[in-house]
Amino acid sequence: MQAAILGKKIGMTRVFDEAGSSIPVTIVQAGPCPILQIKTQESDGYEAVQLGFQNAKPSRTTRAEIGHAREAKSVPQKFVREIRLVKPTDKQRGDMVTVELFEEQGIKFVDVVGTSIGKGFQGVMKRHNFGGQGASHGTERKHRSAGGIGAGGNRGFGRCIKKGKPMPGHMGHERVTVRNQRLVSVDKDRNLLLIKGVVPGPKGGFVMVCKAVTKG
Amino acid sequence: MRNRLIEGVEKDRMRKSALQFDIGDTVSVGVKIIEGNKERVQPFIGTVIARKGGGLNETFTVRRIVNNEGVERTFPMQSPRIAGVEVVRHGKVRRAKLYYLRERVGKARKLRERRAAADEGVTDSAPAEGAPVRSRRPAAEPEAVATV
Repeated sequence: MQAAILGKKIGMTRVFDEAGSSIPVTIVQAGPCPILQIKTQESDGYEAVQLGFQNAKPSRTTRAEIGHAREAKSVPQKFVREIRLVKPTDKQRGDMVTVELFEEQGIKFVDVVGTSIGKGFQGVMKRHNFGGQGASHGTERKHRSAGGIGAGGNRGFGRCIKKGKPMPGHMGHERVTVRNQRLVSVDKDRNLLLIKGVVPGPKGGFVMVCKAVTKG
Repeated sequence: MRNRLIEGVEKDRMRKSALQFDIGDTVSVGVKIIEGNKERVQPFIGTVIARKGGGLNETFTVRRIVNNEGVERTFPMQSPRIAGVEVVRHGKVRRAKLYYLRERVGKARKLRERRAAADEGVTDSAPAEGAPVRSRRPAAEPEAVATV
């Protein structure tokens, strides 16, 4: 199976390499993840495994989830994601995926998918890096506003605002992927991955770590 | 409070024995320098004026005067580039951060020496008796004691 695992962001620290340079690392607690379901070309039209991470409280589960997990000889999981596979997997339903997978395959770079920190409703300066208006020269109560959002009836757009026009609105709390982060080390005993640089989301946020698609 | 998983990761990578020195001490820091394929240790001698952070992020700042110009270097405590720290002289200080030395000129820069007979005996037994003789950051102290 190609290297992929679910986990939780723990926080950041630094480590030193042999040359003595400091490397900023994010610690991700990953796995062990039960394989809840295996999807195959014949039955589903594509190859994938469904992984779970962290047992859910029984009071937070439904009968459907319990039944689904029981077939994998497991219990309902807090965080469940499907991993698309290129080749059919050699693992069985109910097997555990651990960080050892990354070590066995000698993975050097990973992609990390997470949910970014929510910023709430934000204006255009923070959300889209607009410049805002002048601090003086007669500007009144409009120092952080967007300015014009399009003229009426021009360039065939009619009397309406162009779709996708950057405006104020909700920022953050969306799926974010950071690609090609170096995997500094794998801690089998504690189920930890040390990833150089940043990982999206707050501490304690769930993340998916996969072998880098375009590197290594 | 720091996360215990982070602490575990850091503990594996820390020095087996912590560097022993106090704020105000005049120290000689052995800095490993790689020239081509040769490695040598260069000393940086000065006064420890600050100690910051914890775990792998802990750093200390050493100040010295070169050609009548103040020079400060901040070293990561756990960096493998620090070969060792040798205490040349103990300084008698009452603060954890000696930033006030930056404003001092000439002879006023000198710290009074902490004499072994007067102070040292008390210092060594202080943790056991639980009597805080010198004001010190409590965060730094238990670490040093634990590794001894």
